[in-house]
Amino acid sequence: MEKLIKRIFATGLPEVRLPATPAHREETDAIAAFCAQAGRAIAVRHVDAGSCNACELEILAANNIYYNLARLGVHFVASPRHADILLVTGPVSRHMADPLRAAYAAMPAPKLVLAFGDCAAGCGVHTANYATIGRVTDVIPVDITLPGCPPPPLVLISALHRLASMKTA
Amino acid sequence: MPKTPWSHMRLTRLAGPLPAWQGLVDHAGWRAACARCQADGGRLVSLWGTDARHAAQGFLIHALLAWTDRLIWLTTRAGDASPHYPDVSDIFPATAREQRATADLLGLTCGSADARPWLRHDAWSAADFPLREDFTTATAADAKPYPFLRVAGDGVHEIPVGPIHAGIIEPGHFHFSVVGDDVLRLEAHLGYAHKGVEKAFGSLSLADGSRLAGRICGDSTVAYTLAYVMAVEALDGYTVPPRAQALRALLLERERIANHLGDIGALCGDGGLAFGQAQFGLLKEHWLQTHQKLFGHRYLMDTITVGGMACDLSEADGVAMTAQCRELAGALRALEEIVNDHAGLQERFLGTGTLTAEQVERYNGVGLIARAAGVGRDMRLEFPHAPYADLPVQDTRRPEGDVAARVALRFAEMHASLELVRHLLAALPDGPLASHCATTRHTRALGGAEGWRGEIFVAIERHAADGSHRVHVHDPSWQNWPLLELAATDGLIPDFPLINKSFNLAYSGHDL
Repeated sequence: MEKLIKRIFATGLPEVRLPATPAHREETDAIAAFCAQAGRAIAVRHVDAGSCNACELEILAANNIYYNLARLGVHFVASPRHADILLVTGPVSRHMADPLRAAYAAMPAPKLVLAFGDCAAGCGVHTANYATIGRVTDVIPVDITLPGCPPPPLVLISALHRLASMKTA
Repeated sequence: MPKTPWSHMRLTRLAGPLPAWQGLVDHAGWRAACARCQADGGRLVSLWGTDARHAAQGFLIHALLAWTDRLIWLTTRAGDASPHYPDVSDIFPATAREQRATADLLGLTCGSADARPWLRHDAWSAADFPLREDFTTATAADAKPYPFLRVAGDGVHEIPVGPIHAGIIEPGHFHFSVVGDDVLRLEAHLGYAHKGVEKAFGSLSLADGSRLAGRICGDSTVAYTLAYVMAVEALDGYTVPPRAQALRALLLERERIANHLGDIGALCGDGGLAFGQAQFGLLKEHWLQTHQKLFGHRYLMDTITVGGMACDLSEADGVAMTAQCRELAGALRALEEIVNDHAGLQERFLGTGTLTAEQVERYNGVGLIARAAGVGRDMRLEFPHAPYADLPVQDTRRPEGDVAARVALRFAEMHASLELVRHLLAALPDGPLASHCATTRHTRALGGAEGWRGEIFVAIERHAADGSHRVHVHDPSWQNWPLLELAATDGLIPDFPLINKSFNLAYSGHDL
């Protein structure tokens, strides 16, 4: 236990090493302020609709202690029934189209959808064919499309900021 | 000269860096070769079919066998009308799913007892065969419930999980039959991430295919791209410069470390030690930021191209990386001590999800889960290609086979990979980064790489008549998914997330 506590103190606070650009600072402050005002976290449900797993790695990275999405009040939930935002990755394999529709239908209104990554946006290497629909917007309504292969965590934080503003409006 | 087990087959050497041969056998020879290979302690790596009707050969079925120190690409004819071939799932049980996938994609049957569809759900009908050359469009089929094998008895109930899981992970379905918390049987149903990748390769040039290869399984982009370009380079006779070979190995080892860092962190999180998840998450983040800074991509996509490398490493960056490796090794030693001393975590890890060496051998298990059960499966040692033949690759095997062993093995592999990175940096050859000189035009080639999960293979066939090509991609998870089911059986439902994470198998890489 002593070694563990020593290690914690030796590690320090990683998020202070983030690039503290005014834009990023403004976005993170706004997300935190939104959650404080709402009195609760923004709830995000992720659905992998046939991605290659690189987008998942970046969403997980956004939750590491460096980017620390939870610190701002963004919470990933296990059920779409608890979610404000549906975060969809992948070009929508035909085998995931029905589960994706079901997840969207299960969300309470108002609900927002973020199509995350080139494949979800329809500009990735996995294009429409017998097994793939080709983009999320052909299956459920999309509010924000986020290209990138995969989009890095700071871009996800930016997009969540935009979605939080839409939720207020 | 001693008679080799395959001397009765007419085998020809395949071009390229792997010790690979090919041969055509009849149906009796197909089963005989598989049985002999199995008896010799060999394994069936991959099984797939191709449509060769354009060359008046009907359909072909292929098996890649790892037989003593050779890789043997065996082919047999399946015929034209109602194509079929001999079932070998009694010899190699893990082949059953590849045989089912071949029936889904090409309509080749083998008469095995389990004739349920595997990759086909409802996107195309039982009368459509997407990998046939005359396939145009699919007619969507009615969604039918997948016929899981039922467990009967008093108090048995079923827990369906997925395809959307509770966390941020890939899609797949797990069907548990349980009594209370005890798992009597686990059966996985995959194919949700099937994207028609093998078909898509056909519409890309061989050079452009490397971008697609790097996006089949995003956590293994280096290994997939390397296996793919190795096959293309063998097909067209490229001579890859030594500097590119060394940099490729360096990136492959860095990818291994990145994934082990992430998985050990997640295992700590699942085991209730948030401290570990935070620490390993941070180490991984620093590692990825170095990738971005030095190679232009956090996961190293598109760094490897046909013929060589798309990025270089300056001497100063090499020196900095050596220092970073030393620093990470120190952090890992400190954290491993904390993980090993943590009673709560060890209580969850020890004796959980145990695989025996016999199970691994029976199902041809590969990669880290095989090594953690005492079975030495590592392409870098079994079939070393440049530069691994000249590197001190360590045998990291350990005998226990449980979650704790897979965690310990990942620590050991990170130290071993850091050592390899240091070796590569200390003697990085000078010279060009790529060769664009194609010298030959073979019709078949094989590429492979030991990714962090295990061996990844790419087989390419080029049609002599029109120059078109067919790419087959193999992920080690094909063999390892059935072993995950065995590891979870007789355990507790709450332990499944830990067992699953300790394997961390590919969905997209398997489903293609």
